[in-house]
Amino acid sequence: MALQSLDIKQRSATTTPSTQARQTVEIAKLIDVSTCIGCKACQSACMEWNDLRPEIGHTVGVHDNPTDLGAEAWTVMRFSEVEQNNTLEWLIRKDGCMHCADPGCLKACPSPGAIIQYSNGIVDFHQENCIGCGYCVTGCPFNVPRISQKDSKAYKCSLCSDRVAVNQAPACAKACPTGAIQFGSKEEMKDFAETRIADLKERGFDKAGLYDPAGVGGTHVMYVLHHADQPGLYHGLPANPSISPLVSLWKGFAKPLATLALAGVALGSLFHYVTKGPNEVSKEIEDEIEKEDAQ
Amino acid sequence: MIRDPKDLKRYEPRERANHWVVGISFILLALSGLAFFHPAFFPLTQLFGGPVWARIIHPYLGVLMALSFLGLYVRFKHLNRMTPADREWLAKAKNMVDGNDHDMPEQGKYNGGQKVMFWALAVCMLLMTVSGLLIWRAWFGFDITLVRLGAVVHAAAGATMIGLIMVHIYAAIWVKGTIRAMWYGTVTRGWAKQHHRGWYRQVTGK
Repeated sequence: MALQSLDIKQRSATTTPSTQARQTVEIAKLIDVSTCIGCKACQSACMEWNDLRPEIGHTVGVHDNPTDLGAEAWTVMRFSEVEQNNTLEWLIRKDGCMHCADPGCLKACPSPGAIIQYSNGIVDFHQENCIGCGYCVTGCPFNVPRISQKDSKAYKCSLCSDRVAVNQAPACAKACPTGAIQFGSKEEMKDFAETRIADLKERGFDKAGLYDPAGVGGTHVMYVLHHADQPGLYHGLPANPSISPLVSLWKGFAKPLATLALAGVALGSLFHYVTKGPNEVSKEIEDEIEKEDAQ
Repeated sequence: MIRDPKDLKRYEPRERANHWVVGISFILLALSGLAFFHPAFFPLTQLFGGPVWARIIHPYLGVLMALSFLGLYVRFKHLNRMTPADREWLAKAKNMVDGNDHDMPEQGKYNGGQKVMFWALAVCMLLMTVSGLLIWRAWFGFDITLVRLGAVVHAAAGATMIGLIMVHIYAAIWVKGTIRAMWYGTVTRGWAKQHHRGWYRQVTGK
């Protein structure tokens, strides 16, 4: 979503700093998995606000609907049946973009300004600059962006940046009937999470905790998990997500190194020519050939 | 076209045409590929009708280059087998680069450096093709680890190949009388005698 009044902190494929002078408040969405009832009101609100209508699918025997994130499904409830402490637990996690402080999608993106990180922490895709290469998918540690079959552009949750820009909470947070989705400054959300975690611990969930993974610099979508020691239980939420070393090598170290090496070969060739001179057929051999012709 | 009836034929028309299909597709691939690699090169996408077109076209050009290079590979691989004389040539390559080629060992149609170039390019082409298919999202959706590995290999092999081709082009510019072999297929007898004496003797019988 482009053209809005949010300061840009980081811009894809841009080697000079973006606006740095102002620092706005970092925001966050807090999803309390323990109070989510799986009603999917957040999914409907997301579709409604963002004018998205995923294709109607087929039931596949699980409650997940649609079964995966998509260009028209920016958030999806993931339902996991797990056994913990000899009881069945039905864990429900609202999946979608985590809005990493260190976003792998933005790092991998080759198109200037197709991926934006605002100073409030929202990572947003600007589809008008998207070239459809899918590098964001390659860079994301959470498997979130999806390339549209219709227009080959990448889409994902915008954290309702258009609403946040005018001081409104994201549509999903607004719609949640149990208050499982909270929205505010990141500090407030962490404080609120503490109260929830204390409550869960009191109720016997010793390992309850906040999911704000440091490997990606923290996220602007955080979870309260009853089993924070096993994030994988929640439909494979990664325990220690970070940008893959392969992506860091590809879009970090290799970029300037290869560029310098190629410039070196080009300049080396030029200076070889002007210092050593061309390699011409010697006079001696030319004379030999002439002599042969004279015979 | 033979300018002097005594010039020596080095390449057949179909070999030259094949070379230039590879060459043109390589140049277009390098320009568009660099654009996706480093933001400094991103404006190069304008040569292809904009960044989205560059992204669409690039892999198809890659298929063209892979297939046309396969043609060159099949045609020339038997001429690029390494021999002891090639190893000796390579050991003395520094003298050659310094501009002193008097005591270089006698070479056939290709010298040791050209053969190393041939095999290095063949390896790069294979890596580029396989890794390129891995990251071609319009048609394929491989496992994410494979895609990431593909992206790294594609970038590394691509940068290496651009460097190799720069050397290839520079060598052709540096050694006077070479480029015409790829334009109209012939070289002078003097050129052949100086740079590829073994081949000169083979084709002239001298």
